[in-house]
Amino acid sequence: MTRNVTKLHPFADSAPASRSDDPTWLSALRQDGLRRYRDAGLPTPRTEAWKYTNLRRLSRMLFQPVGSSVEDVSVPEDRLPKLDAYRAVLVNGRYRADLSRLDGMPKGVHVSGIADVLRASPAKLEPLLGRLAVHEGKPLADLNTAYLDDGFCVFIDDGAVLDKPLHLVSIGASSGTDPVCFYPRLLVSAGADCIATIVESHVGDGAYFSNGAAEIWVGAGAVLNHCKVQVEGAEAYHIADTAIHLSDRAVYDGFVFQSGGLLARNEVYASLDGEKIECRISGAYLATGKQHIDNTTFIDHVKPDCKSREVFKGVLDGTSRAVFQGKILVRKDAQKTDGFQLNKALLLSTGAEMDSKPELEIYADDVKCSHGATVGELDADALFYLRARGIDLETARNLLVAAFVDDAVGEIQNAAVREAVSEMVQAQFAMRNEDEIDE
Amino acid sequence: MAATTETVEQVQTLANDGYKHGFVTDIEMETAPKGLSEDTVRFISAKKNEPEWLLEWRLTAYRHWLTMPEPQWAKVKFDPIDYQDSYYYAAPKSDDDRPKSLDEIDPKLLETYKKLGIPLLEQELLAGVAVDAVFDSVSVATTYKKKLEEVGVIFCPISEAIQTHPELVRQYMGSIVPYGDNKHAALNSAVFTDGSFVYIPKGVRCPMELSTYFRINAENTGQFERTLIIADEGSYVSYLEGCTAPQRDEHQLHAAVVELITMDDAEIKYSTVQNWYPGDEEGRGGIYNFVTKRGLCRGRNSKIAWTQVETGSAITWKYPSCVLEGDGSIGEFYSVAITNNMQQADTGTKMIHIGKNTRSTIVSKGISAGRADQTYRGLVKILASAEGAQNHTQCDSLLIGDQCGAHTVPYIECANPTASVAHEATTAKISDEQLFYCLQRGLSEEEAVSLIVNGFCKEVMKTLPMEFAVEAQKLIGISLEGSVG
Repeated sequence: MTRNVTKLHPFADSAPASRSDDPTWLSALRQDGLRRYRDAGLPTPRTEAWKYTNLRRLSRMLFQPVGSSVEDVSVPEDRLPKLDAYRAVLVNGRYRADLSRLDGMPKGVHVSGIADVLRASPAKLEPLLGRLAVHEGKPLADLNTAYLDDGFCVFIDDGAVLDKPLHLVSIGASSGTDPVCFYPRLLVSAGADCIATIVESHVGDGAYFSNGAAEIWVGAGAVLNHCKVQVEGAEAYHIADTAIHLSDRAVYDGFVFQSGGLLARNEVYASLDGEKIECRISGAYLATGKQHIDNTTFIDHVKPDCKSREVFKGVLDGTSRAVFQGKILVRKDAQKTDGFQLNKALLLSTGAEMDSKPELEIYADDVKCSHGATVGELDADALFYLRARGIDLETARNLLVAAFVDDAVGEIQNAAVREAVSEMVQAQFAMRNEDEIDE
Repeated sequence: MAATTETVEQVQTLANDGYKHGFVTDIEMETAPKGLSEDTVRFISAKKNEPEWLLEWRLTAYRHWLTMPEPQWAKVKFDPIDYQDSYYYAAPKSDDDRPKSLDEIDPKLLETYKKLGIPLLEQELLAGVAVDAVFDSVSVATTYKKKLEEVGVIFCPISEAIQTHPELVRQYMGSIVPYGDNKHAALNSAVFTDGSFVYIPKGVRCPMELSTYFRINAENTGQFERTLIIADEGSYVSYLEGCTAPQRDEHQLHAAVVELITMDDAEIKYSTVQNWYPGDEEGRGGIYNFVTKRGLCRGRNSKIAWTQVETGSAITWKYPSCVLEGDGSIGEFYSVAITNNMQQADTGTKMIHIGKNTRSTIVSKGISAGRADQTYRGLVKILASAEGAQNHTQCDSLLIGDQCGAHTVPYIECANPTASVAHEATTAKISDEQLFYCLQRGLSEEEAVSLIVNGFCKEVMKTLPMEFAVEAQKLIGISLEGSVG
C-alpha cells in the first residue's frame, strides 16, 4: 500500500552535497532549493510554462548522482566550435583544472571552479550565488541549487577586456552502465564597462541528465557576448536555466544553438534592470529523429529606454518536436521600450511538430513591441529557382535550409564566434545528411 | 464655494452621461426562486414545458457543473461568483399570451427600445431586418417570420424550436459545445432560458440579415442565452447580435453559448456588437460576460466568419472558435475590443485545422485605455491531417495612457509540414504627431482619438454588415470618452 512518494520528486532522494566547512548561507541556499523543488515537484504539462515539454520519460529514468569523478575523459575537439579561446572544462558538473587551458588570461579576469572559490573565499560568492535565480515556476533550477557544489565561476573586473573568447566546456560522461545526473552551474559577474565573450559548449556521450543553471550579472556599460552551443549526446537530457541581470547601458548579446540531446530545454530569463540597455537573445535549433528541443525566453523590461531583440530559427525533421516560448514583459515604468521577437520554423517531414507561443505583456503605453512567428515548409518557388539552374533537389533543399538557419546565426555580433557557430551548423547538416544516406 | 458647486454639477452631468444606455425599465417579472439547485433547473424546464430528454440533459449538465473548477487561466481578476445570489429565470409577465403584433407589446418595453435608439418598427420597415428581440429571457417579438418561412428558413426562439423541431435541436444542441466543455458552458446548459434557433435549408440564401437584440433588464438576473445555427448544404446566412444593458451596481453574470454548424458549401457570418454595462470608473458593477462560441465547418468548402466589436462588460471572457473539419473549409475571426476605465477583457479565438486545405484568418485589434487590461489569447492548431492548411494571424494593440495593459498570448501548434502558419503582433500608442495633426485641423482631442482608433480598426469594421458598422463606429467614440486629456 505504501506509495512511492519519491516518484514525484525524482533526483531529490540523496541529501544535498555538504562539507563541514560550508558557510551557513550556502547550506541555507541548498535547503531552500530542495524545499522549493519538493514543494513544486517535477513540472508536468499542466504547468503552463511546461505545456509543450513533457518530462514523463525523464522522470522514469533511473539516474544516479555522480559518484567519484571520471578520470579518463578527453575533450572531444571535433564536436566543439573551432575557436581560438581560453578554455575551462567541467566533467559531469565538476571543474577540471587539468583539462582547462587558461594560460595568458588578461589581468582582471578570473576563471575557476565554484567549489574552489567556495573554499578559498566564499564571501565573494555570497551576494551573487543563488540571488538571481527566479524561483517561481522553476523547480529544476531549484533542484540545481539544492545540489549546488561545483561549476564555472567567472569574475571580470570593472573595465577589464577579455582579448579572446572564453570557452566553457561542459562534458557529460556516464560511468559504467547507470545513467548519471549532474548539476552544472555557471556564475558570471561582469563588472562595469568590461568587454568579454563567453562561449558555452555542452557535449557528451551516453545517457545522462544535465540539469544546469546559470546566473549572469552584467554591470553598467559592460558588453557581454554569450553564446551557448548545445550538442549533447543522442541519449542525453539537457535542461538549463539561465538568468541574466543587466544594469544601465549594458549590452548583452546572447545566442543559443541547440541540436543535441533526446530532450533539451534551454530557458533564458533576462531582467533589463537599468536604462538604455541593449539585449539580444537569438538562437537556432535543428531537431531530427525523436528529439524534443525547447527554447523558452523571458525578457523583462523593468526600466525605460531599453531595446530587446530575439530571432529564433529552427529546422525540424523526422518525428521531432520543437517548442518556442518567448515572453516579453514591459513593466509600467519601462517607457520607450523597443521590443522585437521573431520565431520561424521549417517543418521538413510528416510527423514533426512545432509548438510556438510568443507572448507580449505590456503595461506601458509609449512602447514599440512586435512579435512574429511562422511555421511552414520550404518555399516551393525558391526550390524551383534552384532546380531550374540544374541543382538537384537534395542540394537545393540543403542550400535553402542552411540559408534559413544562417539568418539567425548572423545575429551573433562577435565575428569569430559567428563563423565558428556557422561552421558547426554546416557540419551538423552534413552529418545528418550522411546519416540519411546510411539509412 | 460657487466654483465647487459648479464642479460638482459638472461632474454629475458627466457621470450621468457616462453610459447612455443605462436605465432600468420597471416591468413585473415572474422569477424562479433565488439560487441554483436541481429545483431551479426543473423549474426552468417546467416553465418552458420541455420534453423529458432535455430536462435530463440539463440535470446532467448541472451535476457536471458542480464538479467543475472555475477556469483560472484567463488574465482577469474578480471576486468569486456567488451562484446562489442570483436569479436564473425571469420572463416578462405576459408570457402566457404572447403578443401577435407590436401593438400588443407592453408599451413600456417599446419605450425601452426607443431609448436605446432601436425602435422595432423602424427596424422592421427601414432596415429590412427580422428582429427577434430578447427582452431578458423570453423572445417577445419575432418579425418577418412569414417571409422567412416562405423560403423555408426557421428563425425562432430556441424554446419554440424545442417544441416545433425537437429532432433538429436534439441532434445538434451540445454537439459543438458539449456541456462538459467548461464551467460556464455547463452552467448555460443547465439553466439556459432562451436564445435563437436558425435553420437554413439546402441551397437557400437567407433573404435578409437575421438579428437579435439581447437585453439584460431584471436586477440580479444572469442571462443564459443559447443560440444554435445550422446551415445546410450550399446555404448562406448572416446573423447579427447586439447588446446594451441598463446601469446597475451589482455584478451580473452572463454565460451564453453559441453553436454554429455548416454543411458542404454553406456559410455563416456571425457578427456581434457587445455594449453591456462596463461598470463605473472605479470598476463597480458591470457585466461578467463569459461566453462560449464555437463553429464547426463540417462540410467541404464551408465557411464560418466571426466578427465582434466588444466595447462593454466589466469582464469579457470569450473565444469564438472554428473547427475546420471539412476539406477546404474556411474560418475567419475579426475582432475589435475596447477596454476603458477598469474593464478587463480576455478574448481571442481558436482555429482548429483538421481537413485538407483549410484556411483561417485572424485579425484582432485591441484598444486599452484608462486602467483597463486586455489580452488577446488565441490558438492555431494544425493537425497532422490538415494537408496544405494555411493561417494568417494579425494582432495589433493600441495603448492609451500609462495605466492600462495590453497583452498578446498566441499559441501555435503545427504538426503538418505542408501547412503554413504566420503570426504577427504589434503594440503601439497613438503618436503625438497623429494627434497634433488632427488637433491642428480643428478636431477636438476626443474626436481625434475616435478618428485614429476607427482607422486602426478599419480592417475589422469593414467586415461588419452596414447597419452595424455605423452603430459600431459611434460606439468606439463613446467607449473611449474621457480616455485622453
